[in-house]
Amino acid sequence: MNTAIKKYYYGDIPDGAADNSNIKNNTATENAWPLWEVFIRSKQGLDHKHAGSLHAADAQMAIENARDVYTRRQEGISLWVVESKYIHASNPDDAEMFYEPASDKVYRHPTFYDLPEELKHM
Amino acid sequence: MNKLSNYQINYILSLADSTLILGQRNGEWCAHGPILEQDIAITNITLDLIGQARNFYQYAATLINEVEHKNETEDSLAYLRNERDFKNLLISELPNGDWAQTILRQFFFSSFMLLVFEELEKANDEQMAAIATKSIKEINYHVKWSSEWVIRLGDGTEESHNRMKNAIEALWMYTGEFFIPADYEMIDVASLKEKWLEKIKAVFEEATLSVPENTFMQTGGKNGIHTEHLGYILAEMQSLQRTYPGAEW
Repeated sequence: MNTAIKKYYYGDIPDGAADNSNIKNNTATENAWPLWEVFIRSKQGLDHKHAGSLHAADAQMAIENARDVYTRRQEGISLWVVESKYIHASNPDDAEMFYEPASDKVYRHPTFYDLPEELKHM
Repeated sequence: MNKLSNYQINYILSLADSTLILGQRNGEWCAHGPILEQDIAITNITLDLIGQARNFYQYAATLINEVEHKNETEDSLAYLRNERDFKNLLISELPNGDWAQTILRQFFFSSFMLLVFEELEKANDEQMAAIATKSIKEINYHVKWSSEWVIRLGDGTEESHNRMKNAIEALWMYTGEFFIPADYEMIDVASLKEKWLEKIKAVFEEATLSVPENTFMQTGGKNGIHTEHLGYILAEMQSLQRTYPGAEW
């Protein structure tokens, strides 16, 4: 079997490709459940943080799977799930132009500036 | 030993045995689940069941040692009693069958145990009430998880619907035993039947399934009369402790 597998990055997954349907002759993945991203809030007042991903048939099952897979050791008090195909991401190939120009611009950090003594509450 | 404490010990053991044996059965799914996430879900439930069993065995051991001056432990009660001493419900020892049968058994069992634990929570046995309070949180999730699966498969494809129907046919005859009290039973199980049936019917309706009528009901588990399956479970579960008594790791 000579099948080319195209790897998608998050955000690049075209409609209908989230189920790996581009991988031919693979019956195991033909009916696979979609992928979901899981976000957990570890305690009240904190943000939801990305914890990982899992498979589920729908949102309800995704939340329950997330409960079983990611919160068994008291990791959280609140869960968000979102189908992976709805997450749009920057492309790793763009990293150079996206992020590197910021590396020599220390003056963008507030700590770069000396503040006058009189200035409080900064 | 007076009769009352004998009843109490037998009743605690019956709850311990049902949860342990179902836990042992569900554990067979470990690494064989239909998908990784559900493999973890069923083994989580398994660990909850074993945890409940441990609480009951520890309590039973304390009582036995008090009244009979023996040296029982949770391990000796689980690993060194014989088939006829086990008082688990028959449904807990049945083979897993397919996924439909496993989740339907969990749904029947957990829906019943939820009602039992709600009664125990009100009982004047403090230790039992404490175990019940802790377990109810777990069982609420077991009921939610299993009933959603019953609906998903029942109201799913033709294949999944038929599998649910076959599962009902295979398991229904083991549900009558829930509500027939053994002489040692400390709560009025017969009175739980209406409520249980109500829950089952509500979920079945959503799952486009129906409750069988006039089925012959199997009994015996509560009094140590088991199906042929229990012996095999105990053989596997107890062989290590019986071959190497007191072995630990």
